[in-house]
Amino acid sequence: MTAGGITAEPPLAAAPPPPADQGGRLGRYIVGAFFLAPALFMLGVWMVYPAVYTIIRSFFGPTGFIGHWVAFDNYKTLFTTSNLTTAIKNNAIWVAVVPAMVTAVGLVFAVLTERVRWAVAFKTAVFLPMAISAFATGVTWRIMYQQDPNLGAINALGKTVSGIFSPAGPLQSALPSTPALVPKGGGMILKTPLRPGGVALLGVTGIPPDQVPKSSVQAVTPPSKDGEIVGTVWRDFKPGGGKPGVVEKGELGLGGVTVQLENAAGKVVQSTKSKSDGSFIFSKVSSGTYNAGIGAQTFAKPFAGYAWIGPNLIVPSLLIAYIWIWAGFAMVVIGAGLAAMPRDVLEAARTDGATEWQTFRRVTVPLLAPVLSVVFVTMIINVLKVFDIVYALAPESEYAKANVIALAMYFTAFQGAGDFGVGSAIAVFLFLLVIPVLALNIRRFKREV
Amino acid sequence: MAAAAPVIEIPAPHDTVAAKIVRAIARGPVHIVLIVLGLAWLVPTIGLFITSILPASVDASSGWWTIFSHPSLATWANYHALFKNAGLVTALKTTAYIAVGNTLLVVVLGAMAGYAFAWLDFPGRDWFFIGVIGLLVVPLQMALIPMFKLYDTFGLFDTWEGIALFHVAFGLPFAIFLLRNFFVGLPKDILESARIDGANEIVIFLRLILPLGLPAIASLAIFQFLWTWNDLLVALTFGQNTTPITVWIAGQLREFGSSIDIIAPASFISLVIPLAVFLAFQRYFVQGLLAGSVK
Repeated sequence: MTAGGITAEPPLAAAPPPPADQGGRLGRYIVGAFFLAPALFMLGVWMVYPAVYTIIRSFFGPTGFIGHWVAFDNYKTLFTTSNLTTAIKNNAIWVAVVPAMVTAVGLVFAVLTERVRWAVAFKTAVFLPMAISAFATGVTWRIMYQQDPNLGAINALGKTVSGIFSPAGPLQSALPSTPALVPKGGGMILKTPLRPGGVALLGVTGIPPDQVPKSSVQAVTPPSKDGEIVGTVWRDFKPGGGKPGVVEKGELGLGGVTVQLENAAGKVVQSTKSKSDGSFIFSKVSSGTYNAGIGAQTFAKPFAGYAWIGPNLIVPSLLIAYIWIWAGFAMVVIGAGLAAMPRDVLEAARTDGATEWQTFRRVTVPLLAPVLSVVFVTMIINVLKVFDIVYALAPESEYAKANVIALAMYFTAFQGAGDFGVGSAIAVFLFLLVIPVLALNIRRFKREV
Repeated sequence: MAAAAPVIEIPAPHDTVAAKIVRAIARGPVHIVLIVLGLAWLVPTIGLFITSILPASVDASSGWWTIFSHPSLATWANYHALFKNAGLVTALKTTAYIAVGNTLLVVVLGAMAGYAFAWLDFPGRDWFFIGVIGLLVVPLQMALIPMFKLYDTFGLFDTWEGIALFHVAFGLPFAIFLLRNFFVGLPKDILESARIDGANEIVIFLRLILPLGLPAIASLAIFQFLWTWNDLLVALTFGQNTTPITVWIAGQLREFGSSIDIIAPASFISLVIPLAVFLAFQRYFVQGLLAGSVK
């Protein structure tokens, strides 16, 4: 069940004492039975009988009962088959991360919106995913997570951000046109040492026409001058060949290329960018020998996007989408707890000189503890049963990596081999995991009565 | 605002424009953070919608935000094509049958049982109720295999009724729990006096409990409707040709890239109705959430 897991601790009141005797004992039983029977029938046939059946079934082989007793073999399979242990491990990650994150995010949202006038608009926006199926959410996030930054919004954002900090270079790749130019540290360097007044010719080839920067014009070598090292970086190629290492008519300069000047010790002393005719000038060069070259950032790869729904990131990606769904639930429940909080206690704390943070940490959070624990426990149960979003968001090829207990149960029992024995064992395992919560609920009810 | 010392008389707080501006700036960071977060929560759904109104060729080559620079690309063609698709229309109908049918039944059976647990006396009442509480958290995985076999025997496999009945059973513990707790809180005198006036339990149930319990019943109905409209697992297990929209879309997922012009609009259609129900009845939804459950 997708959203099926809403929980808030109810104010349990004891049922009133039985009404005054009317119509005799038998009459009361009949009336009670009339009101209860349909519900009990449904619960008996669809829940109690199947639960018993599944427990028994988990001790038998894949095909049937008689002659297929396998004792605990199905459970052994559960804990030794790699894709099932992956499911258990992943579910452990879910339990470790999601309830805490959802509760924390919900608490932050509830506190932030408490005194904001347009809080309703914000709360509606955050709460909306609760109404949408986890399945549709999976589809939605699959669009968000697409790897190509031109398609997936998250990688597009990543591309924008990385474009600020490490922009893509003007060229994707190039080869030296003469043996004098050699690769170095991701860039290239001219072996021939230069002195002030020298000319550096940095010719490169192997650039496909569509990758030549659009602003490029005829390459030009600036005149050499004392105290300067000048040069050109250009596409040393023209239709019909041309002579390597010589700037010829019809060969294009490469603009925006980072060119560097290294001293004899190999240290970069100057760095500049070429103009659109490929020319560049290092001015005020003191005497000595230098090597000119093309900096590595020229060939910096553009941001290619993370494979969010690939094998390495699929689990975190699922967790993010799931937290996105449930944050609204936590916010609303915690918000209600916040609204019901005694104002005078908070005021007293502030009057006594507590800072906002101290008030939050020492008064608000402890007072909210019961509500926070309800959200937390609810999320544990939801997370243990998680199915739809994994099914919809993870591509089929990544199911093995993204596997969770509920998904493993479905695929074991109803797809492929159709092993009802192991399938039942997985279901029972899931049931055992929620039993502590079940016991908690019953104890709470008994206490209230 | 709240820091006024009790003794000192402070002139009526008449906010000057300047004071308002100062306060707005002081709280500026909070507003900015909330706007960013609010957008972060809206963007995925907006992205799905925009993807759904772009031609497949555009979706394959550029992101949905292209629409902001090229608004003329928007088209309803995907939706037109989809509503001509018999498979989708049937799936939508099936979804509606399942969601409406099971919700009605859960409300009726849940209210009857809730009333019995709250106001009738019979032996073992509390024990039965503890049993119901125990069933609240039972994962539906516990029932999939046996019911799969049972449905096969009784011809309920691959019918919308079969899927709906499964939802009824697994919705009942929460329904009984929620309604019983609400009914217990109803004023006792009204019920007692009705009994003294000679009204029988059925009349009391129909004339008093149901009208008085309407807020809780509304919450329950909305929850149950949303859960079952959005269900995937149950329908995946018990449906083959008779399937709701989630399963129908799931069948297209294998070709995610090339079927995006089907998947995106179909997903959006599937979430429009729950969204409308949610927005229309948000108050009851939140009430139900807080009135609680332990599921």
